[in-house]
Amino acid sequence: MRILVAAAGAALALAASAGVAQADPFKACWVYVGPHNDGGYSQQHDMARQMVAKELGDKVDASTYLENVPEADAETPIRGLAQNGCKLIFLTSYGFGDPGMKVAADFPDVKFEHATGDKATDNFGTYNIRWYEGRYVMGQIAAKMSKKGLAGYIVSFPIPEVVMGIDAFMLGAQSVNPNFKVKIIWVNSWFDPGKEGDAANVLINQGADILVQHTDSPAPMQAAEKAGIFAFGEAADMSSFGPKAHLASLIDNWGPYYLARTKAAMDGTWKSDQTWEGFADDLVQVGPLTNMPDDVKAMAEATIAKIKGGWSPFTGPITWQDGTVEGADGKPIPDDELLGLNKFVKGIDDKFPQ
Amino acid sequence: MGINEITGILLTIVTASMPLLIAALGELVTERSGVLNLGVEGMMAVGAVIGFIAGYLTGVPLIGVLAAILAGVVMAALFGVVTLIFVTNQVASGLALTIMGLGLSALIGDKYVSIPGLDLARVHIPVLTDIPLVGPLVFGEDPLVYLAVALTIGVWWFLFRTRGGLIVRAVGDNHGSAHALGYNVIRVRFLAVLFGGACAGLAGGYLSIVYTPQWVPNMTAGRGWIALALVVFGTWRPARVMIGALLFGAVGILQLNAQGYGVAIPSQFLTALPYLATVVVLVIISRNRMLLRSNTPACLGQSFVPDR
Repeated sequence: MRILVAAAGAALALAASAGVAQADPFKACWVYVGPHNDGGYSQQHDMARQMVAKELGDKVDASTYLENVPEADAETPIRGLAQNGCKLIFLTSYGFGDPGMKVAADFPDVKFEHATGDKATDNFGTYNIRWYEGRYVMGQIAAKMSKKGLAGYIVSFPIPEVVMGIDAFMLGAQSVNPNFKVKIIWVNSWFDPGKEGDAANVLINQGADILVQHTDSPAPMQAAEKAGIFAFGEAADMSSFGPKAHLASLIDNWGPYYLARTKAAMDGTWKSDQTWEGFADDLVQVGPLTNMPDDVKAMAEATIAKIKGGWSPFTGPITWQDGTVEGADGKPIPDDELLGLNKFVKGIDDKFPQ
Repeated sequence: MGINEITGILLTIVTASMPLLIAALGELVTERSGVLNLGVEGMMAVGAVIGFIAGYLTGVPLIGVLAAILAGVVMAALFGVVTLIFVTNQVASGLALTIMGLGLSALIGDKYVSIPGLDLARVHIPVLTDIPLVGPLVFGEDPLVYLAVALTIGVWWFLFRTRGGLIVRAVGDNHGSAHALGYNVIRVRFLAVLFGGACAGLAGGYLSIVYTPQWVPNMTAGRGWIALALVVFGTWRPARVMIGALLFGAVGILQLNAQGYGVAIPSQFLTALPYLATVVVLVIISRNRMLLRSNTPACLGQSFVPDR
């Protein structure tokens, strides 16, 4: 009996030491607000995750992701990831910020990265894309391609990121056609193909001949194709949904950033940061540029090059809806004001939603 | 607002209301026979994914529609066996069916997300469709709208003008007496459940083949639950259910139009408006207790075991 117990104890010790001796791959995890294959926002994150897995191979375990996580109930799933060995967690939606911060406070060894967020701590960094740079270019294209000078804009919620997009789009459009107009519909959801399609049809019915969206499904592009007008896609290349309608899509290119951050976390060089890059770091792309004449394409490419060189679409002077002028000295609007932006530029007729 | 714009608005209202109407009509027949099937949302989701895949793989929208109907029937058959043969609680089983249907549809459709679907064109009759306002509305809808209207008339005629419908209603109002008269209660209810499933599947297929031709998980977005509410809203009468579906669709589309015109009401309130409108009408209907009681199938939700 005593020999049996001793043998069992030895076997257990051997197994335990064998487990410790093995180097576990670095575990990085992702949290999505929508399905990993939504054809838009969350899918771009997932494709970037797969790129990390491919590039780093055995050294990283990038297979874990949670999808369709409701922002209101996110704390428990995020906590579960931290408890299950994730060392680097990417939270890909604005609403994951507060629950993520709570979990980060309890797990100081786990590093958190929050997309489109605005608050950071020692182990909680944020990263964001200057989507508004792309929106400015889209505005310029829209003003050139629209015969009626009226665009329909389908949006989700009035958060600063969305407002920046609308304002930059209008500024771009106004740089080509100062009388360009826009109709805005808030569908109060990031992803609802039925409602987005309805909103698209309503805008088309009210006379818009260009559609822009800041929501995640390809339904507006399909509606545009069916109605024979132009549209811009969002987050992913949506040209397959509207071969004749598609002008350009705002493409999120998270791959290089995820790769760099995962490597840094593995090396130990990771530091909490608030990254906010755009064309310059290739984090956002506008493409492919289809269904437009060469001179419009050239103009778009020239603007992209200008922004890459450091010019900001929010360079003053800018007139807001209430008449105040900002940046009269020609300086761009500072980042922290943009991050809290809650007003429309002059030329947008809709009142800013409260 | 030009005539074209009004026509456009009315067209979008009709298209938005059809999935609700079709699913609600199926559930109406099921409930008239005494079975409460809360699984409409799950059946719609499975119908949507199967319909999309079948249509996409074969290239023929009609096959997609038929496949969607079949998928709904299969899901409903499962529910029928569980609640009618094994006599489980109908409410719990229906909820389980919804949850399972939503998950199953996401699983089946995983490889087919973000693929553009086929284009089912609207009907176009040379002279009739071009009449302003009336033309496109009456003669220029997509084929499934005509099917939905035919279905409404068909369900009404079946339930209130045929012997078969009388038996269905008898089973739903007093299954004990119907059984004593010699009618096979379980078989009648099973067929009614299958019909409900077929309609839910068709409604789901409508979403993924006609409405927004694509498949994405959760694209039903709660429409099954609205269809359930519409059955009560319409006091189990097909014509009233149609009015309810159009009302719901209208409020939903008009609030989008209001936003487009720059009406300065908070959009969150406007988004909630269709649901608020449904609740308000339900409250108004319920104030008349006699109206509600005289139309509710008396044995709704009660299980029946023949030899007890």
